[in-house]
Amino acid sequence: MTSKNEGNGEFTLDIVKLTINGQEITADKGMTVLEAAQSTGIYIPKLCYDPDLKPYGACRLCVVEIENIRGLPTACTTPVSDGMVVHTETPVVSEVRRTAVQLLMTDHPCDCLICHRREQCQPFDICLRSVAVTDRCVTCPKNGQCELQEVIDYLGITELPFSRTTRSFPVDTSNPFFNLDRNKCILCGRCVRTCNEITGVGAIDFAFRGYSSRVSTFGDKPLVDSTCQSCGECVVHCPVAALMPKDTTQPVREVATTCPYCGVGCQIYLGTRDNRVVTVRGNKDKPPNNGHLCVKGRFGITGFIHHPERLTTPLIKKNGELTQATWDEALGLIAGRLDKYDGDEVGVIASAKCTNEENYIIQKFARVVLGTNNIDHSARLCDSSTLAGLGQSFGSGAMTNPINEIRNARGILAIGTNTTEAHPIIGLEVKRAVRSGAKLIVANPREIDLVRFAEIWLRQRPGTDVALLMGMMRVIVDEGLLDPTFISERCENFDAFKASLNSFGLDRVERITGVPRDLITDAARVYASSKPATILYGSGITQHCHGTDNVIATANLAMLTGNVGKPSTGVNPLRGQNNAQGACDLGALPDVYPGAQSVTDPGTRQRFEAAWECPLPSSPGLTLTEMLDSASEEKLKAIYLVGENPVMSNPDIKHTRKALERLEFLVVQDIFLTETARLADVVLPGATFAEKDGTSTNTERRVQRVRKAIEPTGNSRPDWWITCALGQQMKGKGFDFEHPSQIMDEIASLTPDYGGISFERLENGGLQLPCPTPDHPGTPTLHTSAFTRGKGQFIPLDYKPPAELPDDNYPLILTTGRSLYHFNTGTLTGKVTGLNALQDKELVKINPGDARALGIDDNDMVKVISRRGEVMARAEVSETSPAGVIFMTFHLAESPTNMLTSPALDPVARIPELKLCAVRVERVPPGV
Amino acid sequence: MVKAEIRQQLDELLSSYNRDGSNLIPILQEIQERNGYLPEEAMRKVAQFLKLPESAVYGVSTFYAQFKLVPSGRKIVRVCRGTACYVRGGVRILREVEKHLGIRAEETTTDLEYTLETIACFGSCALAPVVVIDKTVHGRMTPAKVKQILADARNGDEAKS
Ligand code: SF4
Ligand code: SF4
Ligand code: SF4
Ligand code: SF4
Ligand code: FES
Ligand code: FES
Repeated sequence: MTSKNEGNGEFTLDIVKLTINGQEITADKGMTVLEAAQSTGIYIPKLCYDPDLKPYGACRLCVVEIENIRGLPTACTTPVSDGMVVHTETPVVSEVRRTAVQLLMTDHPCDCLICHRREQCQPFDICLRSVAVTDRCVTCPKNGQCELQEVIDYLGITELPFSRTTRSFPVDTSNPFFNLDRNKCILCGRCVRTCNEITGVGAIDFAFRGYSSRVSTFGDKPLVDSTCQSCGECVVHCPVAALMPKDTTQPVREVATTCPYCGVGCQIYLGTRDNRVVTVRGNKDKPPNNGHLCVKGRFGITGFIHHPERLTTPLIKKNGELTQATWDEALGLIAGRLDKYDGDEVGVIASAKCTNEENYIIQKFARVVLGTNNIDHSARLCDSSTLAGLGQSFGSGAMTNPINEIRNARGILAIGTNTTEAHPIIGLEVKRAVRSGAKLIVANPREIDLVRFAEIWLRQRPGTDVALLMGMMRVIVDEGLLDPTFISERCENFDAFKASLNSFGLDRVERITGVPRDLITDAARVYASSKPATILYGSGITQHCHGTDNVIATANLAMLTGNVGKPSTGVNPLRGQNNAQGACDLGALPDVYPGAQSVTDPGTRQRFEAAWECPLPSSPGLTLTEMLDSASEEKLKAIYLVGENPVMSNPDIKHTRKALERLEFLVVQDIFLTETARLADVVLPGATFAEKDGTSTNTERRVQRVRKAIEPTGNSRPDWWITCALGQQMKGKGFDFEHPSQIMDEIASLTPDYGGISFERLENGGLQLPCPTPDHPGTPTLHTSAFTRGKGQFIPLDYKPPAELPDDNYPLILTTGRSLYHFNTGTLTGKVTGLNALQDKELVKINPGDARALGIDDNDMVKVISRRGEVMARAEVSETSPAGVIFMTFHLAESPTNMLTSPALDPVARIPELKLCAVRVERVPPGV
Repeated sequence: MVKAEIRQQLDELLSSYNRDGSNLIPILQEIQERNGYLPEEAMRKVAQFLKLPESAVYGVSTFYAQFKLVPSGRKIVRVCRGTACYVRGGVRILREVEKHLGIRAEETTTDLEYTLETIACFGSCALAPVVVIDKTVHGRMTPAKVKQILADARNGDEAKS
């Protein structure tokens, strides 16, 4: 037997023997008496114990007698030891437990608890004891699942020898998703500990003393006005009804599936009732989240699935109006129109929100039916520099290590990622690592939440990441902190790279980045000497006109210190969208077929021509941005667009909108009438993730099942079904699939990394790519014995300034990012009432100094103006923004931030510089 | 006190401590000593400095009676709760004071004029029940006298200004 030693993941093999109630049992060393008893089925009552949290020992319900130990130790805090003799049920023990519970009951609304009619009583029966409705178990949403009831029943308590007291705290209903009713709280501290130990937020703690002692936020304010992130983790851990979801509908059936929002790909259960999704809970048994969820996953799903504005029928534009149509009409019309165009006159845009099967079918449709390689999707806007950069350095552009290895890293460099907001569950991993001693270096111009946990915070100027990283590497080389064995055995081109460091003296680096040289030195030393060390980066690295260089710099740094190919190391791009990885893997790109196989390679093309039984175009197609350019020049005439909203997400919205308006024919397939769909000639109603089967591939390359929980709303259909129907309508061969599992079988036959993936295998959980054969166990860590490309390639770098620098007219830098409460263009999250309540408007975060100079106060309306357009939003004066830099997200339609952003492209990855542009801010006087 | 001032004072005060959670109580004590209470802004800063959740700092600040979360009033009215005062009707006196000031024990009026505190024994048991306003001891209190001394305190104030 092995036992997992929390925190460092080491395995020990120590077993101890002990006796509980005369029964001899074995237990792992490090277990508590309570855990040992539970593992053999011996029940010990408990209230403050929680398997996810550190032992606490507050409720004294789990007291036991242990021979040769004085007093009554609490089983939940006492570790087992060899030869221990434990008695869990003695008269003394029972007495202490009874008293402990009875004391809790004195100020709990507990009349039902000791009432002999509890079993027969229904919520609307008249109470024999005249107990107030709000004070009755039978009307309490926790009734039947309440741990306090459970222990009272176990102890057989039927009377209360103490006099009753009542608390009358007002219920905190401020959070849109759950309530905190302190009158029902038993002060077990599980919520407080959850919020500290699991989420690392620390929004709540016990405050005040004696009878007024209670769970409280800072300043005893309502939860929404605290630092609470609304993740609901505390609600899950509360044993009674003190913390309860507002919606307490119970499901009759649960389906395991994958969260549709971010690239973490949390495993969830959707609870359904009457063809509606009514609950969401985390799947405790499966990585990457092991039960934990963020606010979007836990509370932000049911709201959009069942939103009244869901598209329920195809729409065709007649006289400028979108009018309802049948599927036959819509498909017939599209087929007729698209048939007229040559391959280079049409483009297809797929979606990182769709499943793997759908992306595969969409790119196949583009190539086989429309005869074009003009196929792309919006991961281009977030991640293509990763593919280009890590592709050159390592040979494959994906997270090198699994998410749940982060917890065991000793050093973490988080650069250009606001992890706790954009990838909350990965944020938990980082905080967990820090709690067990890891050193965190945060490199970010903004004072993001993770800075609280950082040993070192590097506040580089936006767009100067290459200089910063090169500076750190210069220190590592100068001080001999590199890993010469790794470099010589596993890598190549080191000397040329080393020479390129020469121009990165720390004086120059300090001048470029604005980071003091000592801090750069410290960071370099900490990263190089804390092994294993891992690098996490996000769109702060990729969304630049030199994003590819940024990515390469992180790869150089990891190789330099030998931090690749080992557990808890690596270079880990955190992808934004749930299936960004899959959409790229499955060829929704203009230059590659599924499996990153080049369209220009004749051998590859022949193989695909043979498999798809038709000739294929031989030159790479247009990227998303190029398609739009070509459309505005009226070369591209028609676009078939699935599940994307470029009018909101692309840089320079005006240009995007104009380009789409120039098209002769636009088809948009989505679940809502998005800003883009309004421009379409035909709109096709897609089904949500809850209404279809499929797979998606998360940011750590884990292919996971998406399972159908309910029937599609109205006449909506899964995207794979729609594209297949269109393919068949247009006489395409190989679109006669009846189920996505058949599509996956075809994917496996053509995509080497997916060769071993099948729906059957995924039944037991996800598989990490590459998984080339049906008996391959998947690959948690990449590049273990060799890099995908053989040797890791060091690449010399130069610092290039951002494309747009502040000047007299546009003196400030605008940088963009994500918020915890919304996702991408807000198409989904903007439909969830509660998420809107938490954040309903765009905020321009501006440094107090800049604000003062411009005469701007908190909450003033301001106009942000760039060379391309202007946007109005409210100001939030905040030190999280450095002087000279303002921050906005791009989620909300009322303030379309991407009106402002720059279309400057990375020369390699052709990713636009969304992270950075020059702007001017003006105060808008009230009443204008 | 304005935010900027608090910030400045704190920067100076915190510089003599290292960032160790065990310094929380000494730091809070020093802030309290300098300001007479713990300004919210200061508690936030301390949390940031010690890398503790704000809620934890608040928890400690509210747990110990020595810490005050609101500034004290310009006048401190203390009502004795000691045994001698108790048996001679100290509770009624306390209620009377509460009624006149419109606050309860350990609270401060919103105009920051009065803070009402209770104490265990003022050592003037012979004069019980006792009310102390700032440094003046008022003995043998009756509800009627309470009204009088509070009025006097207020008038004295006006006379001065
Ligand atoms: S929390 Fe439990 S014990 Fe309390 S009223 Fe609800 S069901 Fe009854
Ligand atoms: S919802 Fe999450 S962040 Fe908020 S108090 Fe509960 S655990 Fe903490
Ligand atoms: S709110 Fe729930 S979890 Fe928190 S202390 Fe009270 S009973 Fe325990
Ligand atoms: S972290 Fe991402 S995948 Fe997980 S619940 Fe939140 S949005 Fe969903
Ligand atoms: S469960 Fe052990 S003391 Fe509460
Ligand atoms: S009891 Fe009031 S002064 Fe002693």
